[in-house]
Formats: sequence, structure tokens, C-alpha cells
Amino acid sequence: MVHEAVSPSPRLLAPKDLSFLQQVLRSHANDPTKLLQILREVQEHLGFIPNAAVSFIAEALAIPRNRIESVASFYSFLHLRSQGTYRVLFSDNITDRMLGSQTLMERMCQQLWVQPGKVSEDGLLSIGTTSCTGMCDQGPAMLVNERAITKLTHQRIQEIGQLIRNRTPLSDWPADFFQVEDNIQRAGLILGNTLAYGETLQASLTLGGSALVEEVKRSGLRGRGGAGYPTGLKWEACRNAQGEQHYVVCNADEGEPGTFKDRVLLTRQADLVFEGMTLCALAVGAKKGFLYLRGEYRYLLDHLKGVLQRRRESKLLGMDILGQSGFDFDIEIHLGAGAYICGEESALIESLEGERGVPRNRPPFPVTHGYLQQPTALDNVETFCQAALAIHMGADQYSAIGTSKSTGSKLISVSGDCPRPGIYEYPFGVSVQEILNDCGAVNTRAVQISGPSGICIGEHEFGRKLGFEDLPTAGAFMVFDDSRDMFEVARNFVHFFAHESCGFCTPCRVGTSMLKQTMDKIAGGQGTHYDLAEVENLDHVLQTTSHCGLGRTACNPVLHTLKHFRPAYESRLKSLSFKPAFDLDGALARARQMTGRDDAGAHLKENE
Amino acid sequence: MSDTFQLDGQPVSFESGQTVMQAALAAGHYIPHLCYHPEFKPHGSCKLCTVKVNGRTAASCTMPAEAGLEVESDIEELNALRRTLVQMLFAEGNHFCPSCEKSGNCVLQALGYDLEVHSAGFRHQFPDRPLDASHPDILLDFNRCILCELCVNASAEVDGKHVFALAERGNSKHLIVNAESGLLKDTNIALTDKAMSVCPVGVIIKKGVGFSIPIGERRYDQRPISEQALDDAPRPPSGAKHE
Ligand SMILES: Cc1cc2nc3c(=O)[nH]c(=O)nc-3n(C[C@H](O)[C@H](O)[C@H](O)COP(=O)(O)O)c2cc1C
Ligand code: SF4
Ligand code: SF4
Ligand code: FES
Ligand code: FES
Repeated sequence: MVHEAVSPSPRLLAPKDLSFLQQVLRSHANDPTKLLQILREVQEHLGFIPNAAVSFIAEALAIPRNRIESVASFYSFLHLRSQGTYRVLFSDNITDRMLGSQTLMERMCQQLWVQPGKVSEDGLLSIGTTSCTGMCDQGPAMLVNERAITKLTHQRIQEIGQLIRNRTPLSDWPADFFQVEDNIQRAGLILGNTLAYGETLQASLTLGGSALVEEVKRSGLRGRGGAGYPTGLKWEACRNAQGEQHYVVCNADEGEPGTFKDRVLLTRQADLVFEGMTLCALAVGAKKGFLYLRGEYRYLLDHLKGVLQRRRESKLLGMDILGQSGFDFDIEIHLGAGAYICGEESALIESLEGERGVPRNRPPFPVTHGYLQQPTALDNVETFCQAALAIHMGADQYSAIGTSKSTGSKLISVSGDCPRPGIYEYPFGVSVQEILNDCGAVNTRAVQISGPSGICIGEHEFGRKLGFEDLPTAGAFMVFDDSRDMFEVARNFVHFFAHESCGFCTPCRVGTSMLKQTMDKIAGGQGTHYDLAEVENLDHVLQTTSHCGLGRTACNPVLHTLKHFRPAYESRLKSLSFKPAFDLDGALARARQMTGRDDAGAHLKENE
Repeated sequence: MSDTFQLDGQPVSFESGQTVMQAALAAGHYIPHLCYHPEFKPHGSCKLCTVKVNGRTAASCTMPAEAGLEVESDIEELNALRRTLVQMLFAEGNHFCPSCEKSGNCVLQALGYDLEVHSAGFRHQFPDRPLDASHPDILLDFNRCILCELCVNASAEVDGKHVFALAERGNSKHLIVNAESGLLKDTNIALTDKAMSVCPVGVIIKKGVGFSIPIGERRYDQRPISEQALDDAPRPPSGAKHE
């Protein structure tokens, strides 16, 4: 039982907010597994989740209030305290920075008299940063109250500042601010398909589940979300697993910085995604599916709901699909709220259940114990599209595309230093150089393949090919030319991991933040060779003991750039072999600020 | 009939459903551990129990035992990793052992001695973690929290109260209590709660009994933890006890 001090104080909520809250709770049938969705909706309505609302929801869902605080505080986009009427978050991926996001943010802070990360005194706004928003091909980007705004310029920042000052509701802002381009530069198997929606499903109805599984197995299809697990084997294991219910989950969390192909697939090929999910449902015997959509793609929600509704009306979803009695399946969209870790499959499932997105202990794996501990087939957005096409074309024709161990095509999200960023679809086996040529990149120094958790390759490796044989990739392709400082690239990625660590396991929670401090120390000119050795030590611990892939790959950016671009680090090092992180002069910065002094006498002499 | 796996070259028999850790402890073999508590479902977060299974590292407290596994635990490579993890935990919080009520009874400290952690290893983070002294009988010193969630689970599963939960993520993660005020005095915690006795370090402290047993005469002052941990583990035939 909850303590009496916890008695809800609905009186502190305005009557209209209270009735909104009641309606939200009702629409989710007071189901605690919908907690994250409930909190999202409350936040969208009120701008944050006030204490009184926490108590009220706790009471309604019959859960302890600290569970609500525990969940809400896990997600970057949920706030237990007001963050201002306008919450501005600059996307802080390295590609945004390369397009000048930091200067834009400084200007905006000056213009509106706010300090980064602080709420303005009048409670009007706050300005901060957020992890990659998936708009790398049209950055710099920002989120205002979780709505994406692209192609920021000084002029656009000025205009936004003015709109905020005038308290113009977001719905009255110019529509072109929110324009998101698809930027499809090269279409192939998926993006060029001319299938009518429902066509593949109709043709597969009579095949039955095990034949579908067989077809996908024979196609050689492997997951496009990063790990590259054979999709057919996953579907088979899920089909064979015992459970009361089977579930299909589509992973549209797309949090890996530099990746935005799922955004384009959901915009342009939503039917193909849902068709793939429905085929999967037929294959594994699921009646219920979820699309886990990252919070940054909230703007796609109405469009996706529309497509789902049309499919229901066309008998492609719902009861007795296409007239086949007993084939029931429907899809629900579940929104994330700013947590990269929720892309990890078991964390995603926790989040789907309304919990903190902490990866589970595995085994057991989701195929046997997934959503609500039931067998769950969880795949990436692109994987479902590829599966639908593999089934449509037949395994033989499909597996003729690509290479022997990497069949089919791959969508590549190209961003960074090139004149034609966007989506490029190639058969697997394409070389890095070919993509660089196609996107018009010149004087390229490095390419980050598959995002910060992937691989950074230098010029002499541009002949390498994308595919599971050589360079596996979830799709990110960030280009850096010879004007770029690869140390700063790595430092940006290290900050990303520290920000996104779920904090469950010791190595990742402590290690990523120590790595961040070490990189900052080096950036501040205080680094030594000892620090580079410490990075290697941290890497070993993170790689061998971390709970999930986040921790295991968190040192990659540093190790890979150290390998190829060691001078970028060494030029910053002090010659000493050890230097304490504590910077005496730096510690006086606050005193200087308070006294308004910055003269020589207010500084300590550096003693080398 | 039970199956066996190899632990550091010795056969360990196990019952189905046991993890490597549970089977090892029940059979009288020690594997260092911190967040694992025999009365609770393994948590798997501290990673001190990391072993090598058929050449790959895994947390032994959550790894299901299987026949024929080749498990290595007491090897220098793994003990070096464990030392680093202990250093990380010390660096992450504020641990001033000489003035800590838990000193000598603290599992983290005992592991530090037993694993021979002789240096700080990392720069200390000195986080700002205010105490909660609001409750008349109980003090919460968050400076020492290692985020093992034992108190969270004990309060929820044994006491049926949910006094504790974890908030935020990454290195901002911290313990919170179940009260609108955020203070322990406004929760329904009681001195007799299981949550009062599970903390492996010195966060949840009973007021008014400080240092009744002098430092030097406490549990791990007598014998190293590696010799005592087996006393806590359920021994055959009960094997692993799950809550
Ligand atoms: C930290 C982390 C983040 C991940 N993020 C994503 C993601 O955003 N999208 C995705 O499809 N897979 C992501 N994955 C991989 C998933 O865990 C999982 O392997 C994948 O969704 C399975 O689908 P697939 O077989 O179709 O690739 C992530 C993994 C880790 C460890
Ligand atoms: S909790 Fe343990 S490690 Fe921390 S200060 Fe107390 S005795 Fe030392
Ligand atoms: S208070 Fe103690 S038992 Fe609770 S999480 Fe912290 S260290 Fe673990
Ligand atoms: S906190 Fe997620 S890998 Fe450790
Ligand atoms: S004892 Fe196994 S992870 Fe802590």
C-alpha cells in the first residue's frame, strides 16, 4: 500500500487538465503496461508531468508513484519539472555540428537570454541538446516540443526566436520549418518497388506459415538492424516457441547517429513495412504487432495511423484478413521518448511494457520470452520490407541479388561532407569508394560506417565492401573530409554513449562517463600518454564485461580513430606521462566569473 | 541424477534452472559477486562475477548452467577485470571507509581487500549526493550506493512496499523513495523490513546504533569474504532459492 502522504491532489490540477488525464487513462484502460504512452500524452498536453499528475496516475494504475518517477526520468523527452513552454533541443550529432549547430545554438541562447540547459526565468523556454534526431541529411536540426525542424540557418533561428518571444503556438509556425525531405538519391529493390499494397499478402495466404518461414530462410535474408541474424531462423524459432500469444515487433527506434533510412521507409514505404509485419504474423502465428517508433519521429504518427486504418478497411489487418478465417492480426504504434538504448531489442520490449528501457538478462531471448514473456519476432523496419520482397520475388530470385552471405539490397544513409546526402539503395557488396563517388564526396579522410558503434575507416580502406563478409552495417555512412578533426568526431561519439548508457551495469555506467572525461581532458590540452593507456584499459573492461552492445562498442570510436589518426590525439597531449585531471586554474573559473575578473592576477600560472 | 559442468577444472553438478553462480555456490565453490544475493533473482548488474564460458565472458550469476560448459573463474585475467570494476565502483561514489558504519561488514570493501585492489585506479568522481536523514530511525547515505537494486527488490518482493526505486539513467542514475516529498520519513518503511538488511554497502543505516561492534572486529575483519560467502549460500539439497 502507498503511504498516506501520497494521496492524490487532483485539486492542484486545473479541471480541464484533470479531465484530460482521466480521458488518457481511460483510453489506455488504466493498464500499467501503457505507462510510457500515458506519460507521453500527459507531457504533450501539459509540457511536463507535474507531481500532482504523478500521484493521480499512480492511484489510477495502482502502482507506486516512484515507479512513475523511475520510468519518466529514464527518458530524455519526459520531464517531471517544467522545462518551459517551448523546449528547444538542438540535435547534437557530429554531422549537425559540422553544419554549424553549435554556433546556431549559442546565437539563439544570446538572442533569447537563456543559458544552455536552464529554463528561462519567465518559464518561457529552455534550450539544450539531444542525441541525433535522424535528420542528418538535412541538418542542422532541432526539436521544438518534440517536433522536428530541419535545415536550420541563422535566419531560421531568428524567426524561431521571434515566434517563441511572441508565444506563437507551434501549430501556427510556418509549415516549411517542419518539412522533412526524403532525399532518395538511388532507388533499388525496395525503394523502386511497384507492388500494390496487399499484393504479396494475397499471394501468400494459401502458402501457410511454415512455407513462408522456409522461403525467408532460403532467401538468405539477414537482419538489417545491425546484428545481422538470419531472419528466417528467427521467425522459425518464434513459430516453434510455446506461448499463449505470439507477437511481432517492428524496431523503428533508429537511434544510431547517422542513420535515417527507417524514417524514409516509414514515410514512403509504410505499406511494405506493415505488409512485412503481417507476413511475419502469418509465419509465426501472431495476432498482435507493435511498431516501436522513436519519439523523434512523432511527426510520422498521423501518417502511419492513416495507413493502418486504410489497411484495416482493405481487410489487410483486423479479423479474418483477406477473408481467411482465423487469420487475425493488428498493429499498434508505440512511441519512444528519447532513449537510444531502446533500440536494443530486449530494452525495447521493456519499454513496450511501460518500463525503463534496460536490456534484459539473456538468455532467454525475445523469440521465446519477449513481450510479456511470450514468443516475439522482433525485426528492424528495413528487414520487414526486405522480407516482404523476398517472399514476393521468391527466394531464388531474391538471393541472386547481393553477395552469397549478404543477399538483397541495403539502404545506406549518407551524411556529412558530400554534396548529395540522402538515401542510397545498393545491392550488398558495393564498395565504400563507389558510394563516395555517387554522393560526390571529395578529399575524403574517413567514413564512419554503421554509426558510432560501428567502424571508422580511413582512405586506404575505401575499397572495402559493405556486407556481412567485410563491413557489416545498419546503414549509417558519415563522410569526413580532410578539413575535419577526427579527434573531435570521436569525442562527440563518446559523449553520445555516456549520455545514452542506461546505467544498469558497472562497466558501461562508470566506464562511458570516465571515457568522456578522458576525452575532454585531452581536448582541454591536459591529456598525457597515460590517458591513452587508460582508454585501452577501459575498452578492455567495457568490451568484456558490459551487459549489452552499447557498452561493448562504446570505445570503438576512440580505438578506431586512434588507429588511423593517432596524430590528432598526440598533438593535443602534454609530454608528461601523467597529469592529474584536476585543473587548479580551471577551478577558479567560477570565482573569476563571480568577481568579474579575468586579469593575469586572477589566473594561476601553469607549472609544467 | 544431475548434470555437471567444469569450473576451473573441477566438476560442478547442478539442477536444471540453476545459474552457474547458484550451482557453484551450492557446491561449495566461490565466485566473487556483489549484486547477487542468494535470496533474490540474480540481477546481473555489477559484473564482478564475470567468468569465461567456453572462451567467452559472461556474468555467472545470470548465466544458466548447462552440461559440459567449461567455466573459468579464478584466473588472473578475470581477477584483473574484477579489480577494475571494484575501482570503478569506488570512484563512482564517495566511500570514506574509516568513518563508515558499514566498514568491516561491507561487501564492496571486503571484495576490494580480497581481490587486492591496492590503488584507486581511476580519478574519483566526487558526486554530490545529499543524505536523507529525515526519518527518525533510518539514515540514507546515498554516497555509498552501488545501484545493485537489492533494496528495491527486497522492498517490493518481500516487504510488499516499493519503498525504493531507481531514477534517471547512465551516471545520473540514483535511488529514490516512494513519497511525494521525496523523503524517507514520508514512506512506510519499517525497521523490520527486509530492505533494511540487504544493502551490501553502507547506504541504509539504522540510526542510534553506530559502531556498537568496533571496526576491526566485524565480519570481514575476521576472515576474507571468499572464505565466508559460502556460508550465506543455500547448500544442497535446496540449491538455488528463488524469490
Ligand atoms: C544499443 C543498441 C541499439 C540498437 N538500436 C537499434 C535500432 O535503433 N534499430 C534496430 O533495428 N536495431 C537496433 N539494435 C539491434 C537490435 O537489438 C536487434 O538486433 C534488431 O532490431 C533485430 O532486428 P533485425 O534482425 O531485423 O536486424 C540495437 C542494438 C543495440 C545493442
Ligand atoms: S559502503 Fe563500504 S566501501 Fe563504501 S565507504 Fe562504507 S565501508 Fe567503504
Ligand atoms: S541502497 Fe544499497 S541495496 Fe539499495 S541499490 Fe544502493 S547499494 Fe544496492
Ligand atoms: S548500462 Fe547498458 S551496457 Fe551497461
Ligand atoms: S554478481 Fe553477477 S553481475 Fe553482480
